[in-house]
Amino acid sequence: MDGIDFDVAPGEAFGFLGPNGAGKTSTMRMIGTVSPVTAGELTVFGLDPALHGARIRSRLGVVPQADTLDNELSVLENLLIYGRYFDLPWSESRRRAVDLLEFVQLTERSGDKVEPLSGGMKRRLVIARALINEPSLLLLDEPTTGLDPQARHLLWDRLYRLKQRGVTLCLTTHYMDEAEQLCDRLVVMDRARIVAEGSPRELIDRYVTREVLELRFNPTESDGDDSSSLDGQLEGLAERIEQLPDRVLVYTADGEAAAATAYERGLRPASILVRRGSLEDVFLHLTGRSLVD
Amino acid sequence: MTALDLRRARPGVIASRHWVRVLEHDLLVFRRGWHSYLLSGLSQPFLYLVAMGIGMGLYVNRNGGAPGGVPYLDYIAPALLVTQAMMAAAFESAWPIMGKIQWEKTYHAALNTPLGALDLLAGDLMWIGFRATLLSVLFLAVIVGLGAAVSPLVVLAVPVAVLTALAFAAPIMAFTATQTGDGGFNALFRFGITPLFLFSGTFFPIEKLPLFLQPLAWITPLYHGVAAARSLSLGQVEPIGLAVHVAALSAVALAGLAAGRITFRRRLVV
Repeated sequence: MDGIDFDVAPGEAFGFLGPNGAGKTSTMRMIGTVSPVTAGELTVFGLDPALHGARIRSRLGVVPQADTLDNELSVLENLLIYGRYFDLPWSESRRRAVDLLEFVQLTERSGDKVEPLSGGMKRRLVIARALINEPSLLLLDEPTTGLDPQARHLLWDRLYRLKQRGVTLCLTTHYMDEAEQLCDRLVVMDRARIVAEGSPRELIDRYVTREVLELRFNPTESDGDDSSSLDGQLEGLAERIEQLPDRVLVYTADGEAAAATAYERGLRPASILVRRGSLEDVFLHLTGRSLVD
Repeated sequence: MTALDLRRARPGVIASRHWVRVLEHDLLVFRRGWHSYLLSGLSQPFLYLVAMGIGMGLYVNRNGGAPGGVPYLDYIAPALLVTQAMMAAAFESAWPIMGKIQWEKTYHAALNTPLGALDLLAGDLMWIGFRATLLSVLFLAVIVGLGAAVSPLVVLAVPVAVLTALAFAAPIMAFTATQTGDGGFNALFRFGITPLFLFSGTFFPIEKLPLFLQPLAWITPLYHGVAAARSLSLGQVEPIGLAVHVAALSAVALAGLAAGRITFRRRLVV
Protein backbone atom coordinates (compact mmCIF):
# COMPACT_ATOMS: atom_id res chain seq x y z
CA MET A 1 0.00 0.00 0.00
CA ASP A 2 1.27 3.38 -0.87
CA GLY A 3 -0.27 6.33 0.92
CA ILE A 4 -3.95 5.50 0.74
CA ASP A 5 -6.22 7.66 2.82
CA PHE A 6 -9.93 7.19 3.39
CA ASP A 7 -12.68 7.38 6.01
CA VAL A 8 -15.85 5.36 6.13
CA ALA A 9 -18.79 6.77 8.06
CA PRO A 10 -21.21 4.55 10.02
CA GLY A 11 -24.16 3.39 7.94
CA GLU A 12 -22.37 4.10 4.70
CA ALA A 13 -21.78 1.70 1.81
CA PHE A 14 -18.21 2.25 0.72
CA GLY A 15 -16.56 0.62 -2.27
CA PHE A 16 -13.01 -0.12 -3.34
CA LEU A 17 -12.73 -0.37 -7.10
CA GLY A 18 -9.62 -1.32 -8.95
CA PRO A 19 -8.05 -3.77 -11.35
CA ASN A 20 -6.56 -7.05 -10.10
CA GLY A 21 -3.52 -6.37 -7.96
CA ALA A 22 -4.54 -2.81 -7.16
CA GLY A 23 -4.40 -3.56 -3.43
CA LYS A 24 -8.11 -3.90 -2.66
CA THR A 25 -7.83 -7.22 -0.85
CA SER A 26 -4.75 -6.15 1.11
CA THR A 27 -6.63 -3.09 2.31
CA MET A 28 -9.58 -5.22 3.35
CA ARG A 29 -7.31 -7.62 5.21
CA MET A 30 -5.76 -4.74 7.13
CA ILE A 31 -9.17 -3.39 8.09
CA GLY A 32 -10.11 -6.93 9.11
CA THR A 33 -7.00 -6.94 11.36
CA VAL A 34 -5.69 -10.17 9.82
CA SER A 35 -2.81 -8.44 8.04
CA PRO A 36 -0.48 -6.21 10.02
CA VAL A 37 -0.25 -2.54 9.06
CA THR A 38 3.43 -2.01 8.30
CA ALA A 39 3.40 1.77 8.10
CA GLY A 40 0.87 4.54 8.46
CA GLU A 41 -2.16 4.77 10.66
CA LEU A 42 -5.33 2.71 10.60
CA THR A 43 -8.14 2.85 13.10
CA VAL A 44 -11.24 0.68 12.99
CA PHE A 45 -14.08 1.77 15.28
CA GLY A 46 -11.51 4.21 16.66
CA LEU A 47 -9.31 1.30 17.79
CA ASP A 48 -5.78 0.32 16.76
CA PRO A 49 -5.76 -3.09 14.99
CA ALA A 50 -2.30 -3.89 16.35
CA LEU A 51 -3.53 -3.64 19.94
CA HIS A 52 -7.22 -4.48 19.78
CA GLY A 53 -7.47 -6.98 16.93
CA ALA A 54 -9.84 -9.36 18.71
CA ARG A 55 -12.05 -6.51 19.95
CA ILE A 56 -12.31 -5.08 16.45
CA ARG A 57 -13.00 -8.46 14.88
CA SER A 58 -15.80 -9.10 17.37
CA ARG A 59 -17.71 -6.22 15.74
CA LEU A 60 -16.79 -7.07 12.13
CA GLY A 61 -18.42 -9.34 9.59
CA VAL A 62 -16.14 -10.63 6.87
CA VAL A 63 -17.10 -12.12 3.51
CA PRO A 64 -13.80 -13.27 2.02
CA GLN A 65 -13.15 -13.86 -1.67
CA ALA A 66 -12.90 -17.63 -1.18
CA ASP A 67 -15.88 -19.23 0.56
CA THR A 68 -13.82 -20.92 3.32
CA LEU A 69 -16.88 -22.90 4.43
CA ASP A 70 -16.47 -26.02 6.54
CA ASN A 71 -17.33 -29.03 4.40
CA GLU A 72 -17.32 -31.32 7.41
CA LEU A 73 -20.28 -29.48 8.92
CA SER A 74 -23.87 -28.96 7.80
CA VAL A 75 -25.18 -25.60 6.59
CA LEU A 76 -26.68 -24.82 10.00
CA GLU A 77 -23.63 -26.06 11.91
CA ASN A 78 -21.39 -23.76 9.89
CA LEU A 79 -23.30 -20.83 11.39
CA LEU A 80 -23.65 -22.37 14.84
CA ILE A 81 -19.94 -22.83 15.44
CA TYR A 82 -19.14 -19.43 13.96
CA GLY A 83 -21.47 -17.92 16.55
CA ARG A 84 -19.52 -19.79 19.21
CA TYR A 85 -16.29 -18.26 17.91
CA PHE A 86 -17.91 -14.93 18.81
CA ASP A 87 -18.75 -16.25 22.30
CA LEU A 88 -22.50 -16.44 21.70
CA PRO A 89 -24.28 -18.95 23.92
CA TRP A 90 -25.35 -22.05 21.94
CA SER A 91 -29.05 -21.17 22.20
CA GLU A 92 -28.50 -17.61 20.98
CA SER A 93 -26.22 -18.81 18.18
CA ARG A 94 -28.89 -21.27 17.05
CA ARG A 95 -31.64 -18.62 17.17
CA ARG A 96 -29.59 -16.25 15.02
CA ALA A 97 -28.50 -19.02 12.65
CA VAL A 98 -32.11 -20.01 11.98
CA ASP A 99 -33.08 -16.36 11.35
CA LEU A 100 -30.11 -15.79 9.07
CA LEU A 101 -30.81 -18.90 7.00
CA GLU A 102 -34.28 -17.49 6.50
CA PHE A 103 -32.79 -14.12 5.51
CA VAL A 104 -30.52 -15.66 2.85
CA GLN A 105 -33.22 -18.13 1.73
CA LEU A 106 -31.40 -21.30 2.74
CA THR A 107 -33.80 -22.63 5.37
CA GLU A 108 -34.61 -25.76 3.35
CA ARG A 109 -30.93 -26.64 3.10
CA SER A 110 -30.07 -26.13 6.77
CA GLY A 111 -29.42 -29.84 7.46
CA ASP A 112 -27.52 -30.44 4.22
CA LYS A 113 -23.83 -30.68 3.65
CA VAL A 114 -22.13 -27.59 2.24
CA GLU A 115 -20.33 -29.28 -0.65
CA PRO A 116 -23.28 -29.79 -3.04
CA LEU A 117 -24.58 -26.20 -2.69
CA SER A 118 -24.40 -23.98 -5.78
CA GLY A 119 -21.95 -21.08 -5.93
CA GLY A 120 -24.70 -18.57 -5.18
CA MET A 121 -25.94 -20.56 -2.20
CA LYS A 122 -22.43 -20.82 -0.78
CA ARG A 123 -21.97 -17.06 -1.11
CA ARG A 124 -25.27 -16.47 0.67
CA LEU A 125 -24.21 -18.86 3.42
CA VAL A 126 -20.92 -16.98 3.79
CA ILE A 127 -22.85 -13.73 4.10
CA ALA A 128 -25.13 -15.27 6.71
CA ARG A 129 -22.04 -16.49 8.56
CA ALA A 130 -20.56 -12.99 8.50
CA LEU A 131 -23.75 -11.64 10.11
CA ILE A 132 -23.93 -14.08 13.04
CA ASN A 133 -22.28 -11.57 15.42
CA GLU A 134 -24.59 -8.75 14.24
CA PRO A 135 -21.59 -6.74 13.01
CA SER A 136 -21.68 -2.98 12.73
CA LEU A 137 -19.29 -3.16 9.77
CA LEU A 138 -19.48 -5.78 7.02
CA LEU A 139 -16.41 -6.30 4.83
CA LEU A 140 -17.13 -7.92 1.46
CA ASP A 141 -14.30 -8.90 -0.87
CA GLU A 142 -15.71 -9.35 -4.38
CA PRO A 143 -19.00 -10.69 -3.05
CA THR A 144 -20.58 -11.65 -6.38
CA THR A 145 -17.63 -12.72 -8.52
CA GLY A 146 -18.48 -15.86 -10.45
CA LEU A 147 -22.24 -15.77 -9.78
CA ASP A 148 -25.02 -15.85 -12.35
CA PRO A 149 -27.25 -12.75 -12.73
CA GLN A 150 -30.09 -14.21 -10.64
CA ALA A 151 -27.77 -14.99 -7.77
CA ARG A 152 -26.13 -11.56 -8.01
CA HIS A 153 -29.43 -9.74 -7.87
CA LEU A 154 -30.59 -11.76 -4.89
CA LEU A 155 -27.33 -10.93 -3.11
CA TRP A 156 -27.60 -7.25 -3.96
CA ASP A 157 -31.12 -7.22 -2.59
CA ARG A 158 -29.94 -8.75 0.70
CA LEU A 159 -27.01 -6.33 0.96
CA TYR A 160 -29.31 -3.42 0.25
CA ARG A 161 -31.58 -4.51 3.08
CA LEU A 162 -28.62 -4.68 5.43
CA LYS A 163 -27.67 -1.16 4.44
CA GLN A 164 -31.19 -0.01 5.24
CA ARG A 165 -30.86 -1.58 8.67
CA GLY A 166 -27.85 0.65 9.27
CA VAL A 167 -25.04 -1.86 8.72
CA THR A 168 -21.95 -0.19 7.30
CA LEU A 169 -20.81 -1.96 4.15
CA CYS A 170 -17.29 -1.93 2.82
CA LEU A 171 -16.81 -3.83 -0.41
CA THR A 172 -14.34 -4.44 -3.18
CA THR A 173 -15.52 -5.20 -6.66
CA HIS A 174 -14.58 -4.87 -10.26
CA TYR A 175 -18.20 -4.91 -11.36
CA MET A 176 -19.16 -1.33 -12.05
CA ASP A 177 -22.88 -2.05 -11.94
CA GLU A 178 -22.38 -3.56 -8.48
CA ALA A 179 -20.61 -0.43 -7.29
CA GLU A 180 -23.32 1.82 -8.76
CA GLN A 181 -26.05 -0.29 -7.18
CA LEU A 182 -24.62 -0.55 -3.70
CA CYS A 183 -22.07 2.16 -2.97
CA ASP A 184 -22.79 5.61 -1.58
CA ARG A 185 -19.17 6.46 -1.97
CA LEU A 186 -16.18 4.75 -3.48
CA VAL A 187 -12.51 5.02 -4.19
CA VAL A 188 -10.81 3.87 -7.36
CA MET A 189 -7.49 2.18 -6.64
CA ASP A 190 -4.66 1.53 -9.03
CA ARG A 191 -1.18 0.23 -8.23
CA ALA A 192 -1.76 0.46 -4.45
CA ARG A 193 -2.86 4.11 -4.61
CA ILE A 194 -6.20 5.86 -4.51
CA VAL A 195 -6.68 7.65 -7.81
CA ALA A 196 -10.20 9.04 -7.27
CA GLU A 197 -12.83 9.29 -4.58
CA GLY A 198 -16.50 10.26 -4.56
CA SER A 199 -20.03 9.03 -5.08
CA PRO A 200 -20.68 7.14 -8.34
CA ARG A 201 -22.58 10.17 -9.67
CA GLU A 202 -19.81 12.61 -8.72
CA LEU A 203 -17.15 10.48 -10.32
CA ILE A 204 -19.10 10.19 -13.56
CA ASP A 205 -19.64 13.96 -13.59
CA ARG A 206 -16.00 14.63 -12.84
CA TYR A 207 -14.30 12.20 -15.18
CA VAL A 208 -16.70 11.52 -18.02
CA THR A 209 -19.46 13.36 -19.82
CA ARG A 210 -23.17 12.88 -19.42
CA GLU A 211 -23.35 10.84 -22.60
CA VAL A 212 -21.02 8.72 -24.65
CA LEU A 213 -21.37 8.26 -28.39
CA GLU A 214 -19.95 4.97 -29.67
CA LEU A 215 -19.15 4.85 -33.36
CA ARG A 216 -18.25 1.40 -34.62
CA PHE A 217 -16.44 1.12 -37.92
CA ASN A 218 -15.83 -1.96 -39.99
CA PRO A 219 -12.29 -3.14 -39.30
CA THR A 220 -11.13 -2.61 -42.91
CA GLU A 221 -12.16 1.04 -42.89
CA SER A 222 -10.52 1.91 -39.62
CA ASP A 223 -7.33 0.02 -40.48
CA GLY A 224 -4.11 1.72 -41.42
CA ASP A 225 -4.33 5.18 -42.93
CA ASP A 226 -8.08 5.36 -42.66
CA SER A 227 -8.03 5.60 -38.88
CA SER A 228 -5.65 8.54 -38.88
CA SER A 229 -7.85 10.34 -41.39
CA LEU A 230 -10.75 9.71 -38.98
CA ASP A 231 -9.04 11.88 -36.43
CA GLY A 232 -9.35 14.91 -38.60
CA GLN A 233 -12.97 14.34 -39.29
CA LEU A 234 -13.82 13.96 -35.62
CA GLU A 235 -11.87 16.97 -34.45
CA GLY A 236 -13.87 19.48 -32.49
CA LEU A 237 -16.76 17.06 -32.21
CA ALA A 238 -16.41 16.72 -28.47
CA GLU A 239 -14.14 17.58 -25.54
CA ARG A 240 -12.63 14.11 -25.50
CA ILE A 241 -12.43 11.42 -28.13
CA GLU A 242 -10.99 7.97 -27.54
CA GLN A 243 -10.05 5.77 -30.43
CA LEU A 244 -10.11 1.99 -29.88
CA PRO A 245 -9.22 -0.71 -32.42
CA ASP A 246 -12.83 -1.37 -33.37
CA ARG A 247 -14.65 1.81 -32.40
CA VAL A 248 -14.44 5.45 -31.45
CA LEU A 249 -15.81 6.79 -28.16
CA VAL A 250 -16.98 10.38 -28.22
CA TYR A 251 -17.48 11.90 -24.77
CA THR A 252 -20.11 14.60 -25.05
CA ALA A 253 -23.03 16.16 -23.24
CA ASP A 254 -25.33 15.49 -26.19
CA GLY A 255 -24.73 12.22 -28.01
CA GLU A 256 -27.48 12.66 -30.60
CA ALA A 257 -26.13 16.03 -31.69
CA ALA A 258 -22.57 14.72 -31.97
CA ALA A 259 -23.82 11.78 -34.05
CA ALA A 260 -25.62 14.18 -36.40
CA THR A 261 -22.50 16.32 -36.78
CA ALA A 262 -20.40 13.25 -37.58
CA TYR A 263 -22.90 12.25 -40.21
CA GLU A 264 -22.82 15.73 -41.75
CA ARG A 265 -19.03 15.46 -42.00
CA GLY A 266 -19.51 12.41 -44.17
CA LEU A 267 -18.68 9.70 -41.62
CA ARG A 268 -20.55 6.45 -42.20
CA PRO A 269 -19.99 4.20 -39.18
CA ALA A 270 -21.32 0.65 -39.25
CA SER A 271 -23.22 1.28 -36.04
CA ILE A 272 -23.98 4.18 -33.74
CA LEU A 273 -24.82 3.93 -30.06
CA VAL A 274 -25.60 6.75 -27.68
CA ARG A 275 -25.48 5.82 -23.99
CA ARG A 276 -25.07 7.49 -20.63
CA GLY A 277 -21.61 7.94 -19.19
CA SER A 278 -21.01 5.15 -16.66
CA LEU A 279 -18.74 4.23 -13.84
CA GLU A 280 -17.06 1.82 -16.23
CA ASP A 281 -15.93 4.81 -18.33
CA VAL A 282 -14.54 6.44 -15.19
CA PHE A 283 -12.75 3.26 -14.26
CA LEU A 284 -11.16 2.73 -17.67
CA HIS A 285 -10.24 6.39 -17.90
CA LEU A 286 -8.46 6.29 -14.54
CA THR A 287 -6.84 2.87 -14.63
CA GLY A 288 -6.15 2.51 -18.33
CA ARG A 289 -7.21 -0.12 -20.80
CA SER A 290 -4.14 -2.34 -20.70
CA LEU A 291 -4.51 -5.70 -19.00
CA VAL A 292 -3.09 -6.04 -15.51
CA ASP A 293 -1.95 -9.51 -14.53
CA MET B 1 0.20 -5.99 35.09
CA THR B 2 3.30 -7.50 33.52
CA ALA B 3 1.36 -10.22 31.73
CA LEU B 4 -1.07 -7.63 30.41
CA ASP B 5 1.74 -5.38 29.21
CA LEU B 6 3.38 -8.28 27.42
CA ARG B 7 0.11 -9.00 25.67
CA ARG B 8 -0.23 -5.37 24.62
CA ALA B 9 3.31 -5.26 23.35
CA ARG B 10 3.09 -8.44 21.25
CA PRO B 11 -0.56 -9.18 20.61
CA GLY B 12 -1.43 -12.78 19.85
CA VAL B 13 1.67 -14.21 21.48
CA ILE B 14 -0.44 -15.78 24.18
CA ALA B 15 -3.33 -17.97 23.06
CA SER B 16 -6.56 -16.63 24.48
CA ARG B 17 -9.27 -18.68 26.18
CA HIS B 18 -10.76 -18.90 22.71
CA TRP B 19 -8.86 -22.10 21.92
CA VAL B 20 -11.70 -23.91 23.66
CA ARG B 21 -13.94 -22.88 20.75
CA VAL B 22 -11.68 -24.76 18.36
CA LEU B 23 -12.19 -27.84 20.49
CA GLU B 24 -15.96 -27.29 20.28
CA HIS B 25 -15.68 -27.13 16.51
CA ASP B 26 -13.84 -30.41 16.39
CA LEU B 27 -16.38 -32.03 18.69
CA LEU B 28 -19.18 -30.85 16.42
CA VAL B 29 -17.46 -32.54 13.48
CA PHE B 30 -16.79 -35.65 15.58
CA ARG B 31 -20.50 -36.00 16.38
CA ARG B 32 -20.99 -37.45 12.91
CA GLY B 33 -18.35 -40.15 12.89
CA TRP B 34 -17.77 -41.13 16.51
CA HIS B 35 -19.35 -44.60 16.24
CA SER B 36 -17.04 -45.81 13.51
CA TYR B 37 -14.11 -44.15 15.23
CA LEU B 38 -14.79 -46.03 18.45
CA LEU B 39 -15.44 -49.27 16.59
CA SER B 40 -12.11 -49.16 14.79
CA GLY B 41 -10.52 -47.99 18.04
CA LEU B 42 -11.58 -51.34 19.56
CA SER B 43 -11.09 -53.64 16.59
CA GLN B 44 -7.61 -52.45 15.59
CA PRO B 45 -5.93 -53.26 18.92
CA PHE B 46 -7.76 -56.56 19.07
CA LEU B 47 -6.51 -57.61 15.61
CA TYR B 48 -2.96 -56.44 16.28
CA LEU B 49 -2.73 -58.13 19.64
CA VAL B 50 -4.21 -61.40 18.45
CA ALA B 51 -2.07 -61.57 15.29
CA MET B 52 1.24 -60.43 16.73
CA GLY B 53 0.95 -60.95 20.45
CA ILE B 54 -0.77 -64.32 20.43
CA GLY B 55 -0.03 -65.65 16.91
CA MET B 56 3.56 -64.63 16.50
CA GLY B 57 3.98 -64.85 20.25
CA LEU B 58 3.68 -68.66 20.02
CA TYR B 59 7.05 -68.80 18.28
CA VAL B 60 8.69 -66.15 20.42
CA ASN B 61 7.55 -67.76 23.66
CA ARG B 62 8.75 -71.18 22.46
CA ASN B 63 12.22 -69.62 22.26
CA GLY B 64 12.17 -68.21 25.77
CA GLY B 65 9.84 -65.25 25.26
CA ALA B 66 10.71 -61.60 25.29
CA PRO B 67 13.61 -60.22 27.42
CA GLY B 68 13.24 -61.33 31.02
CA GLY B 69 11.16 -64.30 29.95
CA VAL B 70 8.08 -62.11 29.55
CA PRO B 71 5.32 -63.54 27.31
CA TYR B 72 5.46 -61.78 23.94
CA LEU B 73 1.86 -60.53 24.16
CA ASP B 74 2.58 -58.80 27.47
CA TYR B 75 5.75 -57.37 25.95
CA ILE B 76 4.27 -55.73 22.87
CA ALA B 77 0.78 -54.80 24.18
CA PRO B 78 1.80 -51.57 25.98
CA ALA B 79 4.19 -50.75 23.12
CA LEU B 80 1.41 -51.06 20.55
CA LEU B 81 -0.85 -48.92 22.71
CA VAL B 82 1.70 -46.12 22.51
CA THR B 83 2.50 -46.59 18.81
CA GLN B 84 -1.16 -46.53 17.85
CA ALA B 85 -1.68 -43.21 19.65
CA MET B 86 1.49 -41.91 17.97
CA MET B 87 0.44 -43.00 14.47
CA ALA B 88 -3.03 -41.48 14.80
CA ALA B 89 -1.64 -38.21 16.14
CA ALA B 90 0.99 -38.02 13.39
CA PHE B 91 -1.66 -38.48 10.72
CA GLU B 92 -4.11 -36.02 12.28
CA SER B 93 -1.52 -33.27 12.61
CA ALA B 94 -0.61 -33.59 8.93
CA TRP B 95 -3.40 -33.91 6.33
CA PRO B 96 -6.39 -32.56 8.29
CA ILE B 97 -4.42 -29.53 9.48
CA MET B 98 -3.19 -28.95 5.93
CA GLY B 99 -6.81 -28.93 4.80
CA LYS B 100 -7.70 -26.24 7.31
CA ILE B 101 -4.72 -24.11 6.35
CA GLN B 102 -4.52 -24.64 2.62
CA TRP B 103 -7.31 -26.62 0.98
CA GLU B 104 -10.54 -25.56 2.65
CA LYS B 105 -9.02 -22.55 4.41
CA THR B 106 -11.37 -22.86 7.37
CA TYR B 107 -8.60 -21.47 9.59
CA HIS B 108 -8.82 -18.27 7.59
CA ALA B 109 -12.55 -18.03 8.30
CA ALA B 110 -11.86 -18.54 12.01
CA LEU B 111 -9.23 -15.79 11.97
CA ASN B 112 -11.93 -13.29 11.03
CA THR B 113 -13.46 -13.86 14.47
CA PRO B 114 -11.86 -13.05 17.83
CA LEU B 115 -9.83 -16.28 17.46
CA GLY B 116 -6.12 -15.93 16.77
CA ALA B 117 -3.56 -18.20 15.12
CA LEU B 118 -2.37 -19.55 18.46
CA ASP B 119 -5.92 -20.45 19.49
CA LEU B 120 -6.09 -22.61 16.38
CA LEU B 121 -2.78 -24.26 17.19
CA ALA B 122 -3.63 -24.88 20.84
CA GLY B 123 -7.20 -25.97 20.16
CA ASP B 124 -6.42 -28.48 17.48
CA LEU B 125 -3.42 -29.82 19.41
CA MET B 126 -5.67 -30.41 22.40
CA TRP B 127 -8.17 -32.12 20.13
CA ILE B 128 -5.51 -34.49 18.82
CA GLY B 129 -4.60 -35.17 22.43
CA PHE B 130 -8.23 -35.88 23.21
CA ARG B 131 -8.53 -38.38 20.36
CA ALA B 132 -5.30 -40.04 21.46
CA THR B 133 -6.82 -40.37 24.93
CA LEU B 134 -9.95 -42.05 23.54
CA LEU B 135 -7.92 -44.48 21.44
CA SER B 136 -5.60 -45.32 24.32
CA VAL B 137 -8.44 -45.99 26.75
CA LEU B 138 -10.01 -48.36 24.22
CA PHE B 139 -6.66 -50.04 23.67
CA LEU B 140 -6.22 -50.40 27.39
CA ALA B 141 -9.63 -52.09 27.62
CA VAL B 142 -8.55 -54.64 25.01
CA ILE B 143 -5.23 -55.25 26.79
CA VAL B 144 -6.98 -55.87 30.08
CA GLY B 145 -9.60 -58.01 28.33
CA LEU B 146 -6.90 -60.21 26.84
CA GLY B 147 -5.13 -60.41 30.20
CA ALA B 148 -1.99 -58.86 28.73
CA ALA B 149 -1.29 -56.49 31.62
CA VAL B 150 0.78 -57.62 34.57
CA SER B 151 0.50 -54.57 36.84
CA PRO B 152 -2.44 -52.26 37.58
CA LEU B 153 0.01 -49.45 36.85
CA VAL B 154 -0.89 -50.18 33.21
CA VAL B 155 -3.57 -47.46 33.47
CA LEU B 156 -0.72 -44.94 33.57
CA ALA B 157 0.25 -46.12 30.09
CA VAL B 158 -2.67 -44.02 28.85
CA PRO B 159 -1.20 -40.63 29.87
CA VAL B 160 2.19 -41.81 28.60
CA ALA B 161 0.60 -42.61 25.21
CA VAL B 162 -1.13 -39.22 25.12
CA LEU B 163 2.11 -37.44 25.95
CA THR B 164 3.84 -39.40 23.18
CA ALA B 165 1.05 -38.45 20.78
CA LEU B 166 1.55 -34.76 21.64
CA ALA B 167 5.32 -35.12 21.23
CA PHE B 168 4.61 -36.07 17.62
CA ALA B 169 1.58 -33.89 16.92
CA ALA B 170 3.14 -30.60 18.04
CA PRO B 171 6.25 -30.71 15.84
CA ILE B 172 4.31 -32.15 12.90
CA MET B 173 1.70 -29.37 13.16
CA ALA B 174 4.56 -26.89 13.16
CA PHE B 175 5.94 -28.60 10.05
CA THR B 176 2.54 -28.67 8.36
CA ALA B 177 2.26 -24.89 8.64
CA THR B 178 5.43 -24.58 6.54
CA GLN B 179 4.11 -26.78 3.72
CA THR B 180 2.01 -25.83 0.71
CA GLY B 181 1.15 -29.37 -0.44
CA ASP B 182 1.15 -32.86 1.04
CA GLY B 183 4.33 -34.00 -0.75
CA GLY B 184 6.38 -33.45 2.40
CA PHE B 185 4.09 -35.72 4.41
CA ASN B 186 4.84 -38.72 2.22
CA ALA B 187 8.54 -38.30 2.92
CA LEU B 188 7.86 -37.71 6.61
CA PHE B 189 5.89 -40.91 6.97
CA ARG B 190 8.10 -43.02 4.72
CA PHE B 191 11.42 -42.00 6.26
CA GLY B 192 10.30 -40.86 9.70
CA ILE B 193 7.17 -42.30 11.20
CA THR B 194 7.21 -45.82 9.71
CA PRO B 195 10.87 -46.58 10.61
CA LEU B 196 10.19 -45.27 14.11
CA PHE B 197 7.20 -47.55 14.41
CA LEU B 198 9.37 -50.54 13.51
CA PHE B 199 12.64 -49.72 15.27
CA SER B 200 11.80 -47.88 18.49
CA GLY B 201 11.71 -50.97 20.66
CA THR B 202 8.10 -51.78 19.84
CA PHE B 203 8.63 -55.35 18.60
CA PHE B 204 12.13 -56.07 19.82
CA PRO B 205 14.53 -54.33 22.24
CA ILE B 206 16.66 -51.59 20.72
CA GLU B 207 19.69 -53.39 22.17
CA LYS B 208 19.26 -55.75 19.20
CA LEU B 209 19.82 -52.84 16.81
CA PRO B 210 23.33 -52.32 15.37
CA LEU B 211 25.36 -50.43 17.97
CA PHE B 212 25.62 -47.23 15.94
CA LEU B 213 21.83 -46.99 15.61
CA GLN B 214 21.09 -47.25 19.32
CA PRO B 215 21.82 -43.62 20.23
CA LEU B 216 19.45 -42.66 17.43
CA ALA B 217 16.67 -44.60 19.13
CA TRP B 218 17.30 -42.80 22.45
CA ILE B 219 16.56 -39.42 20.95
CA THR B 220 13.33 -40.48 19.26
CA PRO B 221 10.28 -39.76 21.39
CA LEU B 222 8.60 -43.03 20.50
CA TYR B 223 11.36 -45.04 22.20
CA HIS B 224 10.74 -43.16 25.44
CA GLY B 225 6.99 -43.63 25.20
CA VAL B 226 7.30 -47.36 24.53
CA ALA B 227 9.83 -47.91 27.29
CA ALA B 228 7.78 -45.98 29.86
CA ALA B 229 4.49 -47.69 29.00
CA ARG B 230 6.11 -51.12 29.02
CA SER B 231 7.73 -50.66 32.41
CA LEU B 232 4.36 -49.60 33.83
CA SER B 233 2.43 -52.46 32.29
CA LEU B 234 4.97 -55.08 33.34
CA GLY B 235 5.26 -53.57 36.81
CA GLN B 236 9.01 -53.07 36.35
CA VAL B 237 9.14 -49.33 37.01
CA GLU B 238 12.47 -47.66 37.70
CA PRO B 239 11.51 -44.20 39.01
CA ILE B 240 14.52 -42.39 37.54
CA GLY B 241 14.19 -44.09 34.18
CA LEU B 242 10.48 -43.27 34.05
CA ALA B 243 11.17 -39.64 34.96
CA VAL B 244 13.75 -39.40 32.16
CA HIS B 245 11.27 -40.83 29.66
CA VAL B 246 8.50 -38.43 30.69
CA ALA B 247 10.90 -35.49 30.68
CA ALA B 248 12.14 -36.38 27.19
CA LEU B 249 8.60 -36.62 25.83
CA SER B 250 7.57 -33.35 27.47
CA ALA B 251 10.64 -31.60 26.09
CA VAL B 252 9.87 -32.69 22.52
CA ALA B 253 6.20 -31.72 22.86
CA LEU B 254 7.08 -28.28 24.23
CA ALA B 255 9.73 -27.69 21.58
CA GLY B 256 7.16 -28.62 18.93
CA LEU B 257 4.67 -26.22 20.44
CA ALA B 258 7.25 -23.43 20.47
CA ALA B 259 8.04 -24.12 16.81
CA GLY B 260 4.32 -24.20 16.00
CA ARG B 261 3.81 -20.77 17.55
CA ILE B 262 6.33 -19.42 15.11
CA THR B 263 5.24 -21.29 11.99
CA PHE B 264 1.50 -20.81 12.57
CA ARG B 265 1.87 -17.06 12.99
CA ARG B 266 4.20 -16.85 10.03
CA ARG B 267 1.78 -18.77 7.86
CA LEU B 268 -1.55 -17.35 8.98
CA VAL B 269 -0.76 -13.73 9.89
CA VAL B 270 0.25 -12.24 6.54
